[in-house]
Amino acid sequence: MSKLNIVCVTGTHEKMQMAAMFASVAAASGDEVVVFLSMNALPYFTKHYSEAAPVEGELGELMSKKGVPPFKQLFQQAVELGDAKLLPCSMALDLMEITGEDLEPELGPPTGLTRFLSDAEEGHMVTF
Amino acid sequence: MSDTNKVIDARDTFCPGPLMELITHMKQAEVGETLELLSTDEGSGNDVPEWVNKVGHELVSSEKIDGVWHIFIRKMK
Repeated sequence: MSKLNIVCVTGTHEKMQMAAMFASVAAASGDEVVVFLSMNALPYFTKHYSEAAPVEGELGELMSKKGVPPFKQLFQQAVELGDAKLLPCSMALDLMEITGEDLEPELGPPTGLTRFLSDAEEGHMVTF
Repeated sequence: MSDTNKVIDARDTFCPGPLMELITHMKQAEVGETLELLSTDEGSGNDVPEWVNKVGHELVSSEKIDGVWHIFIRKMK
């Protein structure tokens, strides 16, 4: 079993989709997966947030129209099928003035960068 | 395939939709059961067998008929 650390910061449709695909397939294949959610990626995981992720280009447009699983569903499947961890960045939470109660239930505890880096010492890291 | 226990129709969804559908149903299946996955996603022809081998199930057969992949997988553990 290998470990995959995924950092989501950009928050565009294509990058969130790719990160969710990495997370769901790796977790469902038995890899240990940790997803660190910060910057513009975090708002999608707060309750009552209804903004669609902006597309960067042609692939984003296509994914919006065709039968691609929504990225939030893929992240949820990563947690349900593979015990992946979705960790909200504590700095981003502070900036947005949101507490744990505002977050989607599948998210793990607020996590600082020091803790994340310490936990992520072993394994691959990819950033979106 | 008369001994197939369940057919998973994942046609018209894109990667990783068919694979995630399969994994969801594999979790619920009993060891020894065979599932048939239907997919129109071209990547499924390579990607699903790769996953099956990685996690230790058995790929019974994989065939593309009229643009639809019919992939039979036996749950081994």
